Amino acid sequence: MKVSVDEAKCCGAGQCVLLAPEVFDQRDDDGIVVLLAPEPAPDQHSNVREAAAVCPASAITLHEAP
Amino acid sequence: MSPSPNDQAMRLPLPTDGPLEAPAEWQELRRKCPVATVELPSGDKAAYLTRYDDIKALLSDPRFVRPTAADGAARIAPEGAGGPVANGDASLAIADRGEAHLRWRRHIGKYLTAKRVTALRPGMTAIAESLVDNLVDQGQPGDLKATVGFPLPVYVICDLLGAPAEDRDRFSHWSDAFLNISRYTTEEARESYTEFAEYMSALIAAKRAEPGDDLIGNLIKDSTEDGEGLSDDLLLNTGMGLLVAGHETTANMIGKMVSMLLADRTRWERLLADPSLVRTAVDEVLRFDANFGFGVRRYLGEDVEVGGELLPGGTTVVCSLSAANRDEQVFADPGEMDLTRAPNPHMTFGAGPHACLGQSLARTELQVVLETLLRRLPTLRLAVPVEELQRVEGLLVGGLRTVPVRW
Repeated sequence: MKVSVDEAKCCGAGQCVLLAPEVFDQRDDDGIVVLLAPEPAPDQHSNVREAAAVCPASAITLHEAP
Repeated sequence: MSPSPNDQAMRLPLPTDGPLEAPAEWQELRRKCPVATVELPSGDKAAYLTRYDDIKALLSDPRFVRPTAADGAARIAPEGAGGPVANGDASLAIADRGEAHLRWRRHIGKYLTAKRVTALRPGMTAIAESLVDNLVDQGQPGDLKATVGFPLPVYVICDLLGAPAEDRDRFSHWSDAFLNISRYTTEEARESYTEFAEYMSALIAAKRAEPGDDLIGNLIKDSTEDGEGLSDDLLLNTGMGLLVAGHETTANMIGKMVSMLLADRTRWERLLADPSLVRTAVDEVLRFDANFGFGVRRYLGEDVEVGGELLPGGTTVVCSLSAANRDEQVFADPGEMDLTRAPNPHMTFGAGPHACLGQSLARTELQVVLETLLRRLPTLRLAVPVEELQRVEGLLVGGLRTVPVRW
């Protein structure tokens, strides 16, 4: 799984950080998303999928291996 | 605007069979009339959206923002009702669009990140514990809304702003007067605003002299370092904005959450047996709440296509987030409350660039209250039959007048 984030779309809600803190963080100076793990470990995949599904700004894109 | 059946505009709020029930019209509207014409309590007309995808697309479109008085958009409440907040009064000096809004949003956003909110958890738990003590001390039956739901979010906001604990109840009163359109006159709302403004001016002056590690103190420190310098007006309105956005909404949600979970007590028992479900349960009650208010308004500054229909510029749109939250195209068995539902992409906090900035705070408050109640009052139950709960229409969000409980 590969993850990408769109900082311009991000609204700083922080749902991704609550769900997958090993993969996502928020910048200290404005709360915008920081991607910690662009290729997260398999045990993180389910949290990352949930984070992408609930992102209110649709700012998280997943590229799953076929 | 779209033709509605018999050219009779439906009136908001739509009637329901019970205090926690969803209006029967939503399902019909989503299927047959996703862009309906409605009449607001002010008498003004608006386009009413009920489909998840339509609402998500509109709220995600950065061209459209909340209407202001200057737009000549449809108003919610009749002239004279409500305080300075009711009709988008220009006295709220926070820019609501464009670069200036984005800058303000990011200034505040850094204090509401998931990590900062998580750090507030122990303080919130202490507040929840002391409010549950008050409930128990006052004896049975107690009103969970007045004793726990109403004070908790305002106490949390006071901590966040750096206002001393002894002033919390004054904040509660002011906030209620700004927002409670049925209980206070315009005159009373304005008086409260004046008192609040005086109080906040003194607080801001004190923080400028000696900035503490709280939101106002940090905003002052940061903006001085940036060389941008936030004005006293902007700081005052930031405090006002936090109360407006974070008090009535969360206070009512606490009452509705507990009522929904106790209405079918097997839900409560499931949480007692497995408190790890609190996280998904909170999001499910947020999705399931059918009394969340009219919805989010957007003013169309230009033509836009919604659900295959062209809406002309000048239209005021009301997005029913609660109707979207029950859209069967997105949620399996939307009429069932599933405490384990995940992912749960409900839109109770909106979507797009203006999605609720305080949603981590609100979720955490709701989780903390629920955890505290499950731990302290496992025998909690409603003291009246569900159908006797009474709805109130708030300005921003609906709620229940009281939530009588026993334990």
